[in-house]
Amino acid sequence: MNAITVSGVTFLLVIPVMAAAVLAVLPGYRLSAGLNIAAAFLTLLAALSLFVWKPAPGPYILVDDLNIVFVVLNCFVGFTTSVFSASYIAHELETGRLTVVHLRFYHAMYQVLLFAMNLALVANNIGLMWVAIEMATLTTVIMVGIYRTEAAIEAAWKYFILGSVGIALALFGTILVYMAARPVVGEGQDGMVWTVLIQHVSAFDPALLDLAFVFLLLGYGTKVGLAPLHAWLPDAHAEGPTPISAVLSGLLLNVALYAVLRFKLLLAANPGAIAPGPLMAAMGLTSLIFAGFMLYRRHDIKRMFAYSSIEHMGIIVFAFGMGGPLANFAGLLHMTMHSLTKSAIFFTVGHIAQVKGTQTIADIRGLTVTHPMLGWSLVAGVIAISGLPPFGIFMSEFLVVSSTFARVPLLAIPLVAGLLVGFAALMLRLQGLAFGEPKGSSAPVQASYLPMAAHLGLVLTAGLYLPPPLVTWFQHVASLLG
Amino acid sequence: MTGRLAFDVSHLLAGGLVLISFMLLYQNRLYSLLNVFALQAIVLALSVAWQAFVQGAPHLYITAAIALIFKATIIPVALHRIIVRLGIHREVDTVVGIGPTMLAGIALVALSMVVMLRVTSEADSLAREDLAFALSVVLLGLLMMVTRGNAVSQVIGFMSLENGLILAATGAKGMPLVVEISVAFSVLIAFIVIGIFLFRIRERFDTVDLEALDRLRDDRYRGGRL
Repeated sequence: MNAITVSGVTFLLVIPVMAAAVLAVLPGYRLSAGLNIAAAFLTLLAALSLFVWKPAPGPYILVDDLNIVFVVLNCFVGFTTSVFSASYIAHELETGRLTVVHLRFYHAMYQVLLFAMNLALVANNIGLMWVAIEMATLTTVIMVGIYRTEAAIEAAWKYFILGSVGIALALFGTILVYMAARPVVGEGQDGMVWTVLIQHVSAFDPALLDLAFVFLLLGYGTKVGLAPLHAWLPDAHAEGPTPISAVLSGLLLNVALYAVLRFKLLLAANPGAIAPGPLMAAMGLTSLIFAGFMLYRRHDIKRMFAYSSIEHMGIIVFAFGMGGPLANFAGLLHMTMHSLTKSAIFFTVGHIAQVKGTQTIADIRGLTVTHPMLGWSLVAGVIAISGLPPFGIFMSEFLVVSSTFARVPLLAIPLVAGLLVGFAALMLRLQGLAFGEPKGSSAPVQASYLPMAAHLGLVLTAGLYLPPPLVTWFQHVASLLG
Repeated sequence: MTGRLAFDVSHLLAGGLVLISFMLLYQNRLYSLLNVFALQAIVLALSVAWQAFVQGAPHLYITAAIALIFKATIIPVALHRIIVRLGIHREVDTVVGIGPTMLAGIALVALSMVVMLRVTSEADSLAREDLAFALSVVLLGLLMMVTRGNAVSQVIGFMSLENGLILAATGAKGMPLVVEISVAFSVLIAFIVIGIFLFRIRERFDTVDLEALDRLRDDRYRGGRL
C-alpha cells in the first residue's frame, strides 16, 4: 500500500508526533525548548524534501504542487516560531506566569499542533482532513487557555464554542459531499478521497454540492476568521502566549483556507454547481472592510494585530474568490507574505509586551528610543503589513487591486477603500507606539532577533526581487486553482 | 428483513431524535436537561445500531457503543458531578424565552426539511429524510447553544448538535471513517468537559470551599456565563 511506504511525508508526520511524546515527559525547559527547535527544524527539512521526492498519491496522503507551498510555509514558520518561543518562554518562567509543568505541556502541544496542521495539509481524504483540523483546533484551544487567567479562559471558551460549531458545520458539509459522490463513485472509501472526487465531480448532483459548499465555507470559514464568524479570533490571539498567536495567524488560518480551496476546486469542476468564487469574494470583502474599521478602536496591541489578520485573510479569500491566474497568483503571494510578516510582528510584539509588562497600546510609547531594535522591527513590520513598498505585501496587494480593476472595476472601489482604512488605522497606532516620549519600562530585553529578521528579510527580498523559479511555481499553482 | 420495516424503524428513531431536541429546548433545570440529553444519546445509540444492522456494517456498532457508554453514561454523570460541585443545579440562563425559542426551532426544522428534500431529490428516500432529520437536530443544537447563557447547557447543546452529525454520518450508507470521526468528537468533548471545568475549579480556586464557589458564581453572573 502506498500509505505505508516511507517518504518525506512520513517524516513530516512522524517527527512531530515522536517529539511530542518525548517533550511530554522531558524535564527541564532549556532542553525541551532546544528539542522543540530541533524537531521543528527536522520537520522543515522533511517538508523541503517533498520538492525533490514527491510520493505518489495514496488513499490518505496526497502531495501535489498546491499543498507543497502550504506545507513548506507551515514548517518554516513553525520552525522560526519555535526559536522565538524559546526566548519568550524563558521570560515567562522568570515572571512566573508559567510553571515548568505547564511548559512540558506547552511544548508537547506545540508539536501536536504542527503534526495536526501538516496532516490536514497532506490529507487526501476529506474525512481525515476534517479530523486533523479538529485536532489542531483542540490543541490551540488548550494553548490559548494556558495562562488560566479569567480572560484567557473566557477566550479559550469562546474559541472552543465558535471553533467547534465551525468544524461541526464543516463535517456536515463533508458528509454531504460524500452523499453527492456516492451514486457516482460508489460506496466506501473512494467517496472521500479527494483525487477520486475531482476526477468524477462533473457527474455529481450539483444541488447537493452547492449545499455542501455552503456548509463547508461557513464551517472552515469560521476557522479562517471571516466576518461575521470571526468573533473568536481577537480574543484567542490576545489572551494566549504570543508564539501561539504567531502560529494561529501565520499558519492555522492558512490551513483552514487550504481546506476551503480544495472544496472550491471541486465545485469549479462541476458545470451545474454554483460558482464558489462570488461567495468567497463577498465574504472576503466584508471581512476586509469590517476589520479595517475595527482596527481604529483597539486598546490591546495583540488584539489590534489580530484584527489585521482578519483583514488580510479577507484580502486573500477575496483574491481566490476572484479567481483567474493573476488573482490566484496574488492570493498565494499575499498568503505567504502575510504569514511571514504577521508572525514577525507577533515575535516583536511578544517581546514588547514582556518588557513593558502590558499589552495596552496607551501604555507603550516611544519604543524606538527605549528599545531601538524592537521599535524599528515593529516599524518595519507594520510598514510591511500595511502594504507599503518596498515590502512584498505591497506587490501582492497591488496585484490583487489591479486584477480586480481589470475584471470587475466596481469591486475595486470597496477593496481599495478597505485597504486604505486599515492602512490609516495602523499608521495612526504605529506613530504612538514607536515614536514620541517613551513610556513604561526601559529595561533591556533578552530577545532573539533572528526569527523576525529572517521573516522581514524574506518579505523585503520578495518585494524587491521575486526569484523566477518561485514565480513559475506560483504561476503553475495559480493555474491549478482555476 | 423487508425494506419497509428497515425504513420505518430508522425513520422512527431519527424522528425521535428531533423530538428530543425539542425537549432539550424547554428544560429549565440543569438536571432534567442532563437526563433528556442522556435519553437522546440512548436513542442515537439505538439508531446507529439499527443502521449497523440494516447496512450490515459491523464497525458502526462501535459508534453505537461510544454513544451509549460515553455520551449516555459517562458525560451526563461527569456533568452531574460538576453541577453539584459548582452548585448551579437550578439555573438554566435563557437568553431568549422558551416560547420564542420553540417557535424558532419549528421554523428551523421546516427550513431543513425544505432545503434537504429539495436538494436531495435524486437520492434514495431513506438517505434524504435521514439527512433532513439530521440537519434539524444540528440546527436545533445550534439554537440551544445560542439561546443559553451558561456553559453546561452550551456543552449539552453542542453535544446534541454532534448527535445530529453522527446521525447524518451513519445514515450516509457506506461512509468511511465514521468511527474515527465519532472517536474524534468524543475526544473533543471529553477534553472540554475535563479541561475547562476541572482546571477552573482546581487551579483558580485552590480549595473547593463554599466561599470559592460563591466567588465563582459571582463571576458567572458578572460575565454572563461560566
